[in-house]
Amino acid sequence: MDRGLKLERLVIRKGAEVLLRMDRAVPPGAVLTVMGPSGSGKSTLLAAITGTLDRAFALEGRILLDGRDITDLPPQARGVGLLFQDALLFPHLSVGGNLAFGLAAGGSRAARRDTVVAALSEVGLEGYAARDPATLSGGQRARVALMRTLLAEPRALLLDEPFSRLDADRRGQVRQLVFDRARARDLPVLLVTHDAEDARAAAGEVVTLSGKLG
Amino acid sequence: MIRPLALAAALLPTLAQAQTDPADWDAVLEAARGQTVYWNAWGGSTTTNDFIAWVGARVAEDHGVILEHVKLTDTADAVTRVLSERQAGQDSGGAIDLIWINGANFAAMKQADLLFGPFAEDLPNWVHVADGPAVRTDFTVPTEGYESPWALAQVVFMYDSADMAPQPSMAAIADWAAQNPGRFTYPQPPDFLGLTFLKQALVELTPDPALLAQAPTDASYEVATAPLWDYLEDLTPNLWRQGRAYPATGPAQLQLIADQEIDLAISFSPGEASAAIANGQLPDTVRTFVLAGGTIGNASFVAIPYNASAPEGAMVVANFLLSPEAQLRAQDPAVLGYGTVLDMTKLPEDDAAGFAALDLGIATLPPEALGTPLPEPHPEWMTRIAEDWASRYGTAQ
Amino acid sequence: MIRAVPPLTLLLLLGPVAAGLWGVIRPAFGVLPAAGFAAPSLDPFRALADWPGLGAAVRLSVGVGLLATALSLALVTLICAGWWGTRAFRLLQRLLSPLLSVPHAAAAFGLAFLIAPSGWIARALSPWATGWDRPPDALIVNDPWGLALTAGLVIKEVPFLLLMVLAALPQVRAGERLRLTQVLGYGRMTGWLKAVFPAVYAQIRLPVYVVLAYSMSVVDVAVILGPSTPPPLSVQIVRWIGEPALETRLVAAAGAVLQLALVIGALVAWRLGEVVVARLGCAWAERGGRGRHENPLRRVSLVLGAGSAGAVLAGLAVLTVWSVAGFWGFPAAWPQGVGPANWARHGPGAGSAFGQTALVAGIATALALVLVLGCLQAEARTGRRPGASAMWLLYLPLLVPQTAFLPGLQTFLLGLGADRGVASVILAHLVFVLPYVFLSLADPWRAWDSRQATIAATLGAGPGAVFWRIRLPMLLAPVLTAAAVGLAVSVGQYLPTLLIGGGRVATLTTEAVALASGGDRRAIGVYALAQSAAALLPFALALALPALVWRNRRGLHG
Repeated sequence: MDRGLKLERLVIRKGAEVLLRMDRAVPPGAVLTVMGPSGSGKSTLLAAITGTLDRAFALEGRILLDGRDITDLPPQARGVGLLFQDALLFPHLSVGGNLAFGLAAGGSRAARRDTVVAALSEVGLEGYAARDPATLSGGQRARVALMRTLLAEPRALLLDEPFSRLDADRRGQVRQLVFDRARARDLPVLLVTHDAEDARAAAGEVVTLSGKLG
Repeated sequence: MIRPLALAAALLPTLAQAQTDPADWDAVLEAARGQTVYWNAWGGSTTTNDFIAWVGARVAEDHGVILEHVKLTDTADAVTRVLSERQAGQDSGGAIDLIWINGANFAAMKQADLLFGPFAEDLPNWVHVADGPAVRTDFTVPTEGYESPWALAQVVFMYDSADMAPQPSMAAIADWAAQNPGRFTYPQPPDFLGLTFLKQALVELTPDPALLAQAPTDASYEVATAPLWDYLEDLTPNLWRQGRAYPATGPAQLQLIADQEIDLAISFSPGEASAAIANGQLPDTVRTFVLAGGTIGNASFVAIPYNASAPEGAMVVANFLLSPEAQLRAQDPAVLGYGTVLDMTKLPEDDAAGFAALDLGIATLPPEALGTPLPEPHPEWMTRIAEDWASRYGTAQ
Repeated sequence: MIRAVPPLTLLLLLGPVAAGLWGVIRPAFGVLPAAGFAAPSLDPFRALADWPGLGAAVRLSVGVGLLATALSLALVTLICAGWWGTRAFRLLQRLLSPLLSVPHAAAAFGLAFLIAPSGWIARALSPWATGWDRPPDALIVNDPWGLALTAGLVIKEVPFLLLMVLAALPQVRAGERLRLTQVLGYGRMTGWLKAVFPAVYAQIRLPVYVVLAYSMSVVDVAVILGPSTPPPLSVQIVRWIGEPALETRLVAAAGAVLQLALVIGALVAWRLGEVVVARLGCAWAERGGRGRHENPLRRVSLVLGAGSAGAVLAGLAVLTVWSVAGFWGFPAAWPQGVGPANWARHGPGAGSAFGQTALVAGIATALALVLVLGCLQAEARTGRRPGASAMWLLYLPLLVPQTAFLPGLQTFLLGLGADRGVASVILAHLVFVLPYVFLSLADPWRAWDSRQATIAATLGAGPGAVFWRIRLPMLLAPVLTAAAVGLAVSVGQYLPTLLIGGGRVATLTTEAVALASGGDRRAIGVYALAQSAAALLPFALALALPALVWRNRRGLHG
């Protein structure tokens, strides 16, 4: 089986103009870092992989995840996890509720609660299940967002400048945590960033988008 | 598309045939039970609205008829409604089951064959009615059983005895207004009561009152109404707001008296002032007077449109309105203060005693003081006067 | 399926308007086959021209419309220019929702009870200050110039335009513009008028047109505050509709066409006026005056603004007093006695009218919400936003005068045998509720961070789950506010209920306006208060419910 995330001769166009080309594979447990100035199509690449590409763009090529062609699947069926620079916790749900939202449906109520509690303690947030997400610090929110994503059991993890909003001393901590958790689950990770520090810490292959390719 | 229409057309005759013969009262009662009667009645008077609500409660209790009061600002709306239903081919299942009506609206509906009946003289309570011209003609138009009377009305003038004395004639009222400018007004025609004021003036001022019993010709109209327009020409500058604004209806005058804006107002109900004092709408210094030459009187009726959905229920309501119980309540000044259409000598003793014992109220003249009511002119007079008034005063600013 | 919602919405919005206009234009030219008039003719217009009050009625319609719109716009502009960002302004802003939701008829009654010669103001000052022991014989309410009517419209249109301006300010970056002018040494008002107002006006142009069309053709407020010798054209049209002779229906239709032409003419004139004002304004701006003496004008604008808001609130207060008053003669400032008698007497009637009102408003608003949410969802799916022309379509039912198309709609529905029911009334209300619900919900709905939807989708949620479990709960507050707006709009509808309901649908508004002719201030007090409550309650709930449901969710507290 061809495990990992494979971007096979991907071309994204806007009208006649080619925005980016990409032909790469990210094996399980590895990190591919995509760097480039704003406007170089980093976020568009992520949208193509999550299946939320704006209609204005046209996509060619295939996206394969663990050998499955997900190019034309709706976003909810792709098994791709995503973290933005904002934690984007659902403000109307509790911390535990956010995590349970990520958890696949099914299982007894007690079992689901246990899973949520365990996930919280995995990131050092024991007893936070009932909290209002708005009362958490930035680092705590980032950790909850990570666990929410992981509980959905994705088969790949996409990171959209996930550490840029954190202050300098937290950034290293959270970054380490994210990479550790992803590696522990053997996930292929695609990191989009313009921070060289992030790229170094990811310790993987780096692709630099130069902006508009002819 | 065609099929449901055909089906409806097939059903229509059966609906129309469901109308029961008014003479078979038991059948009427049976058919009425459970019917909803939409009574279109002028809704501008809160006391009348309360009375109609009471009637609704009573017919529901006694006969299982549900009464809905459709509050009109103008009875002509109901006439229009029936007319447009006929234009649209809706000859049964109409929106209106019962209309509070008289005068021009009755004449119009009767002439256009828009009424159900005759039914009035088949109502069981008709036996108590004081039979005579008051209930057999409506503004000189014969009723012929197409409408059933339920209240008698006669013009009286309400005045604040703290500010003025009774006046004997229309001319005296104009003189008083000249000395007390801004203290008198009348509802704006085509309001019913406003037109009544014009007719009262016409009846008193016209050189030959006999002309008024016939439909006017151009010549008779000219001659008969000339003194009326002279009268208004003199009176109008002395009216409240110099005649640049008028109260919309009769009850609106009550508020003006209570606010001390005016001292004198016309009423078509001898008991209205007492009723209004009783519920705080008028100061207790208000009294009533009639003119030495007599005042106009008429009856209020109810009629049933030819395409009513519930003619039986409507007849049950009309009959209840003629019951001693309803008539006594309507005459009570604390409720309505309307004159009864019943003949005391035809009533059982107990019921007659109830009427005799009724305290007519502080501002109500005793029946003998009201005198014999003067007949209404033919309805066409009113129509033409309304048009003329509108162009002379109603659009003049 | 969701793609069918926008066309369906447009059909429900514009179908009745089109059917109504068609149903008015034909009889205006003498064609009403149902009544036996088949040959086209100009007789209805001749009869209309023969009506002696036509000149005055037209002058009133146009004069009141233009004056009320100009005054409302001027007042709102001056208040914003003079006070935006101050504490006084924030106070006014807080009063906005209640002021907006008070129905026009209730506000008009309140104003009448205040300013009439026997009104509360005269009572409060008499006899000690004025020497009056009787009200002066002064024609204040129902004056032939329509000034009371204009005032009644202004006090209700000021909150509406203020809300529109507030919504426009962030879009035009008003704060930055204003700071820029201040750095250049402009006074607060001058800077606002020269640099902010032109951009704001471009945003609120359509609402201003709505105010103009509405003020020219309003019926209920005109019945209460307007003159009657003759009345404004719109009121006369409704009177003609009510007359038994079928010929007058044709005259009414001709009047309705004239009303439409007047509104179109006034809109064109206003548009030309915009061009002139823009020219003059640019010249004024280029002269570079900094506006050093603007404080008196600033104070005047505050007094007028507070007076406008105060008139509505004091009107509600005097309605309340009348609703519990026993005998209350002039010049007493308070009734001789107060008690629940009026409520006991009119309460049951008002209660059943409240029920009808709630039924109609509830269903019309629910339908409008479903359609609007459907449109917005379709927009999110297809990524296509309605353009400027679609906004005009949305505003169309608010721009075409009600008197111009509702009579035709009534005839049309009568032809189908579908008039006079609650269902027809609800559909007619929907025409007016829908645009307001859309306008109120579209901005917050579109402003929602769509990355939340992306996150939820990557967590396995389909579009339905995203809508129900994420977007709707997060937007609970704006959805409820839009619902409250819809309910308030429906509660206030007079003409659609009267004409389409055929008298069988009695809402608080039709009942209250019917009482206007009787002048019983106690009954009016009860009904107008009940009417205001029916409109205010949803706003209170729209504020309270999200605060209660999300009391432990700080992230959702506006």
